[in-house]
Amino acid sequence: MQGRIIGQVKRVNGPVLIVKDITDAAMMELVHVGEGQIVGEIVKLSGTTATVQVYEDATGIAPGDNVYGSGMSLSCQLGPGLIGNIYDGIQRPLEELRKLSGDFIGKGISASAVSEEKLWHFVPQAKAGDTVSAGCVIGYVDETSRVRHKIMVPSSYNGEGVLLSVADEGDYTVTSAIATVEQNGSSQDITMVQYHPIRVPRPIRERLGLDIPLITGLRVIDSLFPLAKGGTVAIPGGFGTGKTMTQHSIAQWCDADIIVYIGCGERGNEMTDVLREFPHLIDPRTGKSLMERTILIANTSNMPVSAREASIYTGITMAEYYRDMGYDVAIMADSTSRWAEALRELSGRMEEMPAEEGFPAYLATRIAQFYERAGHVKTLGGDEGSVSVIGAVSPPGGDFSEPVTQHTRRFVRCFWGLDRALASARHYPAISWIDSYSEYVGEVKAWWDEKSQGKWSKNRARIMELLQKETRLQQIVKLVGSDALPDSQNFILEVCTLFKNAFLQQNAFDEIDRYCSPEKQIAMMNIILSYYDAGSDAISKGVPMVKIRRLSVVQDIARMRFNVSNDKIEDIDKLELKLHRSLAQLGGLYEE
Amino acid sequence: MKSDNMVIDRSLLKGREYRGASRIDGPLVYMKNTHPVGYGELVEITAGDGSRKMGQVLDTSDEAVCVQVFEGTDGLNLPDTKMRFLGEPLSLSVTDEMLGRVMNGLGKSRDGGADPRGSEERDVNGAPINPTSREYPRDFIQTGISVIDGMTTLIQGQKLPIFSGNGLPHNQLAAQIARQAKVRGGKSDFAIVFAAMGVKYDIAKYFIDSFEETGVLDNVALFLSLADDPSIERTITPRTALTLAEYLAFDKGKQVLVIMTDMTNYCESLREISTLRGEIPSRKGYPGYLYSNLAEIYERSGKIAGRSGSITQLPILTMPNDDISHPIPDLTGYITEGQIVFDRELNGRDVYPPINVSPSLSRLMKDGIGEGMTRVDHPHLSNQLFASYSHVKDVRNLASVIGEEELTEVDHLYIKFGDFFEHKFLNQNFDEDRSIEQTLDLAWDALSILPSEELQRLTEEEINEHYKG
Repeated sequence: MQGRIIGQVKRVNGPVLIVKDITDAAMMELVHVGEGQIVGEIVKLSGTTATVQVYEDATGIAPGDNVYGSGMSLSCQLGPGLIGNIYDGIQRPLEELRKLSGDFIGKGISASAVSEEKLWHFVPQAKAGDTVSAGCVIGYVDETSRVRHKIMVPSSYNGEGVLLSVADEGDYTVTSAIATVEQNGSSQDITMVQYHPIRVPRPIRERLGLDIPLITGLRVIDSLFPLAKGGTVAIPGGFGTGKTMTQHSIAQWCDADIIVYIGCGERGNEMTDVLREFPHLIDPRTGKSLMERTILIANTSNMPVSAREASIYTGITMAEYYRDMGYDVAIMADSTSRWAEALRELSGRMEEMPAEEGFPAYLATRIAQFYERAGHVKTLGGDEGSVSVIGAVSPPGGDFSEPVTQHTRRFVRCFWGLDRALASARHYPAISWIDSYSEYVGEVKAWWDEKSQGKWSKNRARIMELLQKETRLQQIVKLVGSDALPDSQNFILEVCTLFKNAFLQQNAFDEIDRYCSPEKQIAMMNIILSYYDAGSDAISKGVPMVKIRRLSVVQDIARMRFNVSNDKIEDIDKLELKLHRSLAQLGGLYEE
Repeated sequence: MKSDNMVIDRSLLKGREYRGASRIDGPLVYMKNTHPVGYGELVEITAGDGSRKMGQVLDTSDEAVCVQVFEGTDGLNLPDTKMRFLGEPLSLSVTDEMLGRVMNGLGKSRDGGADPRGSEERDVNGAPINPTSREYPRDFIQTGISVIDGMTTLIQGQKLPIFSGNGLPHNQLAAQIARQAKVRGGKSDFAIVFAAMGVKYDIAKYFIDSFEETGVLDNVALFLSLADDPSIERTITPRTALTLAEYLAFDKGKQVLVIMTDMTNYCESLREISTLRGEIPSRKGYPGYLYSNLAEIYERSGKIAGRSGSITQLPILTMPNDDISHPIPDLTGYITEGQIVFDRELNGRDVYPPINVSPSLSRLMKDGIGEGMTRVDHPHLSNQLFASYSHVKDVRNLASVIGEEELTEVDHLYIKFGDFFEHKFLNQNFDEDRSIEQTLDLAWDALSILPSEELQRLTEEEINEHYKG
């Protein structure tokens, strides 16, 4: 089934082709090149020539090869069966490709993104005679034990129609018609699968405020630099600072309903790690396997560069699709720098005029367009859903002043800067408390304060102030040594060290420590500040700091992240009592 | 149908020869008026004097074809240059007879013997391994070098580069790893593929001698593209070497260690071609596709589920001006699974191997160490070594400002720990092969210098069992 011939190849330069004698072709149209049916996309039209970028290795394409148009844009196939799957950058299922071409990915092979044979148990919710438009729910299938997949009228459906018929409850494949809609006398069948162009955001009714935090279980994020559901965040860091580890942790433990994890130009073994590990990990909230809420996209660094460019759009289109069913979706893009470099590589091949560091001038626009697809929205179907975007950035040489980091900063409202010095000391997650910020603090304050009787925002502000003070004191210590400081200031250093070891660091491999509930975070922050208050008080009464730090309760506080499980938070209250008792005893010794 | 005719045309035209180039520029030859030539096709070039060279199509259009000539364009002239387009990409005829042989960057004999001929031709560019087919590497390789085994553990199927500088002993270290590497309790059907890009003959000779001394030369395939060989040949050498490595690992089930030196020369050659073609450069004049290009090399390592072999890569690169943020080490670090970083200052103090542990990292070690693999205390122990040693650096800085006498008691112990760590743990002989137990015990000796309260990354049980304070 070849499409119409729209032209012939004139020139081949890596993944960029010039096509001549174009008859009719549209921008962004999906095309197939040559007899090998290599997938490509039209990126530029000028007179009778077009520029095509191909999504597979271009070896063997020669001038004169035919180019076939498909009449549609590069689109995602959306329907039940996406969850738990692993795709390449243009939504080809890798498991299927493996069956077709073995352990190495062959050329010109394709497979349907969702199985066309599998039967799904469809339950109708709409009935004949209902008026429907794009996004209206017709029924549902249970895709996994935790994801109820709503079957919606396709986003491409224009205007309002009337349902002529809806299929009865029963088992259907994704391609069988489950409803018929009529509009002005013409009727259209609706199946469980729909297509949506990847570069176009899916329509919504309206955007809503971002006031609920996305709980990740990482203390430094949730308590200090929170991300809201529907928000955007960038994680920049040089190699080896733990971007991927942080992304993995969030993908595992955050409280989103659906995770889309995009490995964009990263290591093959890392994706294998996710693939092998996720099915065995159990979600602490639902007790189900994490794979039952995860879609993976793996376009590793040695897979074609244009598919890498497409991968983040493929990912976010799938995320929006689940958002439209009323889910909170979190999408991890690791790494957006590889995507930007793919843009640069393709732009260079098209001989476009470069802007900063060889990146094309439209880099900022593309980054903005991508992050703007995040949000907390009211869907066309009337539900509330969100897409949160967590984008890793890999700045060359770890230098945050490079274009991708800088432009990304303009369009995200939260920034988790990874610090090489922390990573070298194996302080993980190596999120710097100096460079990072979150503009969502004010918006999620109400949520946290309700959980903590108003304490969260005050405690957070105090801790941030202490950490700032500590940075200044450390500069003095570097010059004169810590002995030169009075005990009251030394105690600030002491408390901050404890805070870093006991709170900010988190061990991703420890059964208890790898996920920290909001309640435990509140209690932990509280006890550390109590230690500061009570300790400062004791010091002002003449108790030497050495005595305070040798109290056994301080060791208990340092180890509470390992020893107090999320369902035993009252243990921290007991620690607090012990702390006050010990300090009172110690104070008693010095009162005389 | 028109398109059917096209197919027949192409296959008939395959192998057709043309005479007369239109332009020669460095390693690039341009030719006009050919039949439609496929991108990436292999080209056989015959010079006026009858000598043969190989090339590859870099750019093709209906007007002209641009060919890069691997052996260099010396001796070619415009009218007499003949080109034959073979209609298929550059391939290597793979055979395990290549073990024990010395070849050039294209896999042709360099040791006076006949060109090795196998039964199967493989495209040297390879194809990406499907991520679903990979097996996550987790088998610990004991190199017998304390700092590597203890802190940046090498795993079978990993790609772990050595970031070095000119004049540092990276070749010694690579040779020592090649000599001592073993998987404990594993079968030892191993092979080494060695690719030299633009290094001097003495260095290649050093490796050959070292392999010979240990009697493993019969298990080594050497692909040499030396400093005086055409620079363009270097761009294909690692691909040729990895094509053989893939055959040995995934078809013959061998554990293959690939040593590639020096990746910096490889990247310089890429830059040379890119500049000649007038491409838009990105950082420091390197082409924008350097990352993708390096990834095509480094990602050809690992393990495949259901096949017994593995490819472990040990690329060596010299950081220009010892700058780790230079594009070559920087992009490499983003692709490889960690890095071993050399330090000139340690080398100056005669510490071998002069590995700076702070920026060094092995991303795969987390799943390859600990109970049942090395020893149960290994993960926390290595974590503690990193943390304590990073504090040593702070203390040394402080000491250089306020003087060592002014340091607190604990900080004095840190200085002592730092010295022991560098001179006893890090430092070892070129032929010293330490078992993992020796390495870990030595680490405990070092940490026992510090008071046990300072060892926050270790559990109480571990301290009770091993601490010697």
